[in-house]
Amino acid sequence: MTDNDVLLSVSDLRIHFRSDNGLAKAVDGVSFDVGRRETVCIVGESGCGKTVTALSILGLIPIPPGIMAGGSIGFDGIDISSLGEDDLRTIRGNRIGMVFQEPLTSLNPVFTIGDQIGEAILAHEKVPQDEVHTRSVQLLKDVGIPSAESRLQDYPHQLSGGQRQRVMIAMALACHPDMVIADEPTTALDVTVQAQILNLFKELQKKRDMAVLYITHDLGVVANVAERVYIMYAGIGVESGRTAGIFQTPRHPYTQGLLASLPTRSKRGQRLSSIPGSVPNPARKPPGCPFHPRCRYSVETCRTRFPELCDYGDGHLSRCPVLYERRETGGS
Amino acid sequence: MSSATHSQTASPGDVIETPLGPTRSRFQQFWVLFRRNSLAVSGLAIFGLFFFTAVVGLLVTSGTQPLLDPAQVRLQEKLKPPLSRPNLDTLRPGEVPPLGVYLFGTDNLGRDVFARMLQGAWVSLTVGFVAVGISVVIGIFLGGIAGYFGQAAIRVDHMLPAFLLLFGVAAWIAGAKGSAIVLMGLGSGVVIVSIAAQKIWRKRPMPVFLNALRFPVLTADTLIMRLVDIMLCFPSFFLILTVVALLPASLYNIMIVIGLTSWMGTTRFVRAEFLSLREQDFVLAARALGIRTYRIIFRQMMPNAIAPVLVSATIGIASAILTEAGLSFLGFGVPPPHATWGNILSGGKDFIFDAPWLTFVPGIAILIVVLSFNLFGEGLRDALNPKLRERH
Repeated sequence: MTDNDVLLSVSDLRIHFRSDNGLAKAVDGVSFDVGRRETVCIVGESGCGKTVTALSILGLIPIPPGIMAGGSIGFDGIDISSLGEDDLRTIRGNRIGMVFQEPLTSLNPVFTIGDQIGEAILAHEKVPQDEVHTRSVQLLKDVGIPSAESRLQDYPHQLSGGQRQRVMIAMALACHPDMVIADEPTTALDVTVQAQILNLFKELQKKRDMAVLYITHDLGVVANVAERVYIMYAGIGVESGRTAGIFQTPRHPYTQGLLASLPTRSKRGQRLSSIPGSVPNPARKPPGCPFHPRCRYSVETCRTRFPELCDYGDGHLSRCPVLYERRETGGS
Repeated sequence: MSSATHSQTASPGDVIETPLGPTRSRFQQFWVLFRRNSLAVSGLAIFGLFFFTAVVGLLVTSGTQPLLDPAQVRLQEKLKPPLSRPNLDTLRPGEVPPLGVYLFGTDNLGRDVFARMLQGAWVSLTVGFVAVGISVVIGIFLGGIAGYFGQAAIRVDHMLPAFLLLFGVAAWIAGAKGSAIVLMGLGSGVVIVSIAAQKIWRKRPMPVFLNALRFPVLTADTLIMRLVDIMLCFPSFFLILTVVALLPASLYNIMIVIGLTSWMGTTRFVRAEFLSLREQDFVLAARALGIRTYRIIFRQMMPNAIAPVLVSATIGIASAILTEAGLSFLGFGVPPPHATWGNILSGGKDFIFDAPWLTFVPGIAILIVVLSFNLFGEGLRDALNPKLRERH
């Protein structure tokens, strides 16, 4: 991937929150790139900073209590982290769309679907009312809602969860963004609807030449859609690379643990493995490698030294020097 | 609530089907609930009748040649009881009441009480609506700011110039023009210094003495809500009396004064609603779409917060009508000869034993209108409150 093709580039992003128990380092050094027309996943457990990362791309972190403690976010040559509210607004919805986790509450209950899609269009473009109408109908058709014309008059409570998520996607796409951030778009939906929504994303992405950044905790989603994956743990990126590479040869103990805990056909009848312990409180992270208290490979240096990224080639990076050394000495 | 469970559990896969949700719109749902409360419906009906009467009353009693002249004095016909017929022998042709009957009797000057009641109905209606309109606008504005921007800090460089300019204006009014100019100059100086300091030290750390200007004193929420508390401490009727005694007596002054002393409840309601709405996902979603802040506040959030405001406004209209009647009764209201229900009542109290209709007609009219507004307002609250919906 050449520099020209990079659409979004986040480097060493650090977002902290002031709280009563001290400084919560929600995101503490995350770097990733998204290319044009590329699908990238950020994976991690609840509370690892995925959503904060996604919101910070659009400048939606409330400051205060949030603090942008370091790093930069570049989007198509623009330094987003230095923009003011007015400039940010020209990017939100217009260049980067966002789809949220909860389609049930992300639509305004007092307005019709048509009103809300129209609002999304009119936020960035001055177009006459009849054009807003035709575009809204087209958007609803694009996201696979039948009898779009009459659905425009419906209120959110008259639609099912899957349809509401489709409407959210239509709103995110209203101004032809270059990139869509989908923050756990399928978590609140039934499994069958999840698959439909993921396929819809794939289809729309092809049709509209846009990049998609998925934020998810669901490795099934990752395997299904992503070209590249970034694994996050406790506010830092621990491993990244091509999806196939990471699923076949995970290089970080955390990723290995995650994959081992997935139920697969070969593990039928066996007890599923799990990672012992739980995610550290962002205000009281252990020193050194944040994963070391739960890691079975942990050695003395893990407690004191923050691990650096180790390059396994083909873009596969992992933040575990212990396993990297073992590989060097023929351990694996 | 079969409708609610339907919309939650769409069977997976069948997005091609028509939606399973309820087909009734929100207004229809509201109306079904509202209709069950017969007191509230009768309140609404009386409100409609009152509205109609007031508009008709304005049409027939105003102008140079009104159909029913509330100011027509017929001393020979004074203190006639309701439904009595005019004595046509003693009246000049211009003085004959067009209805041919004194529906509500006449007062001590022989004026037709029915015509005066009609004229007063318009006063009550406009006072109620304009005063509540003013208080709702102020309440929504301040409550919206306190709820949405509540955590925004008000800094020393906001407070200091505001105080200096305020004292400057006060000194100017008090006549000390020299010190007024000094105070105002200082105030604008602080503004200029703080703006310039922000421009110059944008990237580098600011010197300590300038940074002190940016020290947050209190939040916008604190400022507005303590202002509400202070306003609530005043016994507002006496505050209104004082202000009305100082200002020239006119209908507009009374509307404005009542409006300016009754916005606190609306502010509290709107702030409370906004505090919870601000955390809702659809507000974040609207921001992520790049919708402007004022549009989010007034178009996306306000319709969600309007229900309690509507309820308090309806009840507020009733209390504004009462306040106006009270002021007119005490002689601080709309100046005579213009009739209001309050000053008909006030004029009638001297003849309460000879002509009780002069007291009872406006008194009962006020009672019915205020009661109907209160019943309507309570019905509205019950129908709009989703928690109470379960009861039905």
